[in-house]
Amino acid sequence: MIEIEHLSKTYDGRTVVDDVSMRIADGELVVVVGTSGSGKTTLLRMINRLVEPSAGKVSIDGVDCRAIAPHLLRRQIGYAIQGHGLFPHRTVSQNIATVPGLLGWDKAKISARVDELLSLFQLDPAEFRDRYPGQLSGGQQQRIGVARALAAAPKLLLMDEPFGALDPIIRARAQLDLRDIQRRLGTTIVLVTHDMNEAILLGDRIAVMDQARLLQYDTPRKIVVSPATAFVGELLGSGERPFRLLALQPVRDFVEPGMAEGQPIDANSSLRDALEEALWSGRKAVPVRDASGALLGRVTLETAIRQAAPQR
Amino acid sequence: MPTLDTPLTRPFTGPIDRLGVLVAALVAVGLFSPFALFRANRIVPGTAQTLLEALPGVGGLLAVALLSVAGLTAVIRTRASFRLMIGLGALLLLAVAIGMGANGLTPPGDKVSRIAPAMGFWLLVLGFGLLATDSVSRLRLSPLGRVGLLVAVAAAMALILASGLWSSLSVLREYANRADSFWREAGTHVALAVGSLVAAVIIGLPLGIFIHPRRRIRGWVSRGLTVIQTVPSIALFGLLIAPLAWVAANVPGAAAIGLAGIGAAPALLALFVYSLMPVVSNTLVGLDGVPAASNEAARGMGMTDGQRLVQVQLPLALPSILTAIRIVLVQNIGLATIAALIGGGGFGVFVFQGVGQTAMDLVLLGAVPTVALAFSAAVILDAVVELVSRKDQR
Amino acid sequence: MKLGLVFRIGTIMLLAVFLLQPDWFAFVFAPMTKNGQPAIYVQNSLLSLTISHLLIVFAATLAASAVAIGLAIAVTRPIGREFLPLSRTIANAGQTFPPVAVLALAVPVLGFGTEPTLLALFLYGLLPIFENALTGLTTVPPQVEEAARGMGMTDRERLWQVELPLALPLILAGVRISAVIAIATAAIGSTVAASTLGEAIIAGLINSNLAFVAQGALVISALAILIHDGIGALERRVGRHLIQG
Repeated sequence: MIEIEHLSKTYDGRTVVDDVSMRIADGELVVVVGTSGSGKTTLLRMINRLVEPSAGKVSIDGVDCRAIAPHLLRRQIGYAIQGHGLFPHRTVSQNIATVPGLLGWDKAKISARVDELLSLFQLDPAEFRDRYPGQLSGGQQQRIGVARALAAAPKLLLMDEPFGALDPIIRARAQLDLRDIQRRLGTTIVLVTHDMNEAILLGDRIAVMDQARLLQYDTPRKIVVSPATAFVGELLGSGERPFRLLALQPVRDFVEPGMAEGQPIDANSSLRDALEEALWSGRKAVPVRDASGALLGRVTLETAIRQAAPQR
Repeated sequence: MPTLDTPLTRPFTGPIDRLGVLVAALVAVGLFSPFALFRANRIVPGTAQTLLEALPGVGGLLAVALLSVAGLTAVIRTRASFRLMIGLGALLLLAVAIGMGANGLTPPGDKVSRIAPAMGFWLLVLGFGLLATDSVSRLRLSPLGRVGLLVAVAAAMALILASGLWSSLSVLREYANRADSFWREAGTHVALAVGSLVAAVIIGLPLGIFIHPRRRIRGWVSRGLTVIQTVPSIALFGLLIAPLAWVAANVPGAAAIGLAGIGAAPALLALFVYSLMPVVSNTLVGLDGVPAASNEAARGMGMTDGQRLVQVQLPLALPSILTAIRIVLVQNIGLATIAALIGGGGFGVFVFQGVGQTAMDLVLLGAVPTVALAFSAAVILDAVVELVSRKDQR
Repeated sequence: MKLGLVFRIGTIMLLAVFLLQPDWFAFVFAPMTKNGQPAIYVQNSLLSLTISHLLIVFAATLAASAVAIGLAIAVTRPIGREFLPLSRTIANAGQTFPPVAVLALAVPVLGFGTEPTLLALFLYGLLPIFENALTGLTTVPPQVEEAARGMGMTDRERLWQVELPLALPLILAGVRISAVIAIATAAIGSTVAASTLGEAIIAGLINSNLAFVAQGALVISALAILIHDGIGALERRVGRHLIQG
């Protein structure tokens, strides 16, 4: 558990982060969202003490972060940033091995860990181990960046706009991969972004920041249904709200027995996908299948329309 | 993104300026070291004089007091413009002090004694020079501001020289003995440096434009010029002597127009060849830097290749070409010194004569103007490059 | 690049044979002599002059590299930051000084011989290396710095594992520039009685023996080109992965 208590940061009299408190449970993926200059990056960087707080404190599992030397603290916390920050003079495996190397792991353990992570990110170790960052595509560089952040199996991973430099198609895939890997490893993640879609897609909880203050810290559903301030509503985009709400509800929870015509959709996709599919193909209901392809039933247009409204 | 956490990571230094401590130390040592060296003539070993000995009476005491105060002021952290004034003021004071000291030490009517600045003077100049230089760096003067400062310093020097304040100093004694040849060699020096530059621009610019789209020739020309650039100056000067001597002896009329193995011809030719590489390669870099979209737009609007070159490509490549001119001119002013070794003239004549006769004042007579020329050229052309590039960015 | 390799090996072999057996080449230089002057410089053997020339250049460049890199590291650490603007200006302005002037001015301090040449080569050699090292150390991509800090590298680890390796190609370029200038300046050092290949050129100029001039000039040029080329190759080797995709 990470506890952020009354955290503030002031530069020359200008307050960048103003009295922010929040708790993050183990295994949660928390997205901090806000416009540029909202203080979200500074908040993130105070967690691993890349920025020293002016007031307040951060503790991880009850241990005050100030009690640990900054560089030792950082070695326990994964850190991935926009534009990956890979070391161009080191191979992929040397890059991933950075923190284990700093921690003094033995060679065999490090190389086993490198291969394990490459496989986890669907990169063939034999092929990629000895490449240099300059020889990778943008998507591959980004995955190596995250793999490097996870190398020493940190319990906490901090990510600053990790997908910011990727084009939309690669970004969508990277987001799904992250969600998947996070579920598998149980890592606690704090991710900073300016993209509300990304926040709703990934976050177990969303923290909305504006002008140094934390405006709302809640589940995506609560944020969509009852935004705390006008600004939060603005970030959500007023015309989008019913669809955002649908996007938060997996089809699997609304399957009903019965048959429907045409192409089935995946049980893990959202009601928003189901609505789109139904509207586009002019159907009243869409069949639902599970990952193995077995038909589970159907989801109706009516259900989707009902669920698009926040009440109940 | 807020970057490094400077307020906390920077060690606290308080109101003390660390460079100022160095300056003060240099000033302290300088004040206690010999200020001037008096020699009865050019050959005999000299006797060292401290500032107070060189400038007896109230003047000396005042100078020591003012210099001490200036040195101590440097230790305290103050505004850069104030520090610059302190530095320049102290340097001016030193210039006056050494001149008055030399005038005072010289026996009336004497023409053979030699008075040169000694260790202490140089340490003081170094100390206050550092202070002034540091303030200038911190002030981040505009290009015109830097040129203005240069002109002001040059004017002050000219005034001091014209006033006769320094005429008892040994360097100027050497100058007085050969004022005619000094200006002749100065003319040669500038002619060599500028002439070869002009020739290099006349040949190099079209060459660069011509080879720019031709990948193969381009590679060969660039490589060839780089190799020539690598050949040490004295070697290139030397290597040109034999072929030019042959031309002078065997081509009718060549000798008549001044071509010869030894002298200015090989020097000019060598400097020209050196200048070619920076001009050509920066023309290429400049043309490469023209945005593809600009070229495309120019073509799309129906410009001919010639119009595109003159109206789009060359104006955009101008900062890069000017940078080459800056590099070449500064480099040539330095290299022209070597021309003296093959009879090409220039300030090198005094440098090498001085080295030959172990007459340091003579070396200085050649070296100081060379350094001053090169430095002024660098400041002025840097300013031009910056002004031109800045206009582009607007 | 095959052709380049042939050139390189050819130049080295030709140079080696010429230095070991200069007499074999007398026929090449004889046409440049007049009135039965000797065709090959024998006052000091060309081989020993070459060796001493290279030793002077090597010693000066090595010392300059160590000091310049050390200084560049110092002024880019928090403790020396205050001196950064000044040192940058000095390195910039210093390079407008002609190396010959530095050489001539070193004579009164150290007298004639090899010492003033060494001092001049060292002092002048500092500047390009310092300037390049400074550029290299201050232009590490900010994301790379951020990642290094974020992963818990100490300042020292960052310097050794990230900043210096990334600056290395630029530092080497500085060393290359310094070494080539040093070869040229060392040649002129023979005017202050340093034992270098410039001796043959100066002797040739004094006695109007163009053969001596050509010999000295050719050997010096070959050395400069080979060293330029060699360090350049090293730069490319070190820097080949640093181009970001």
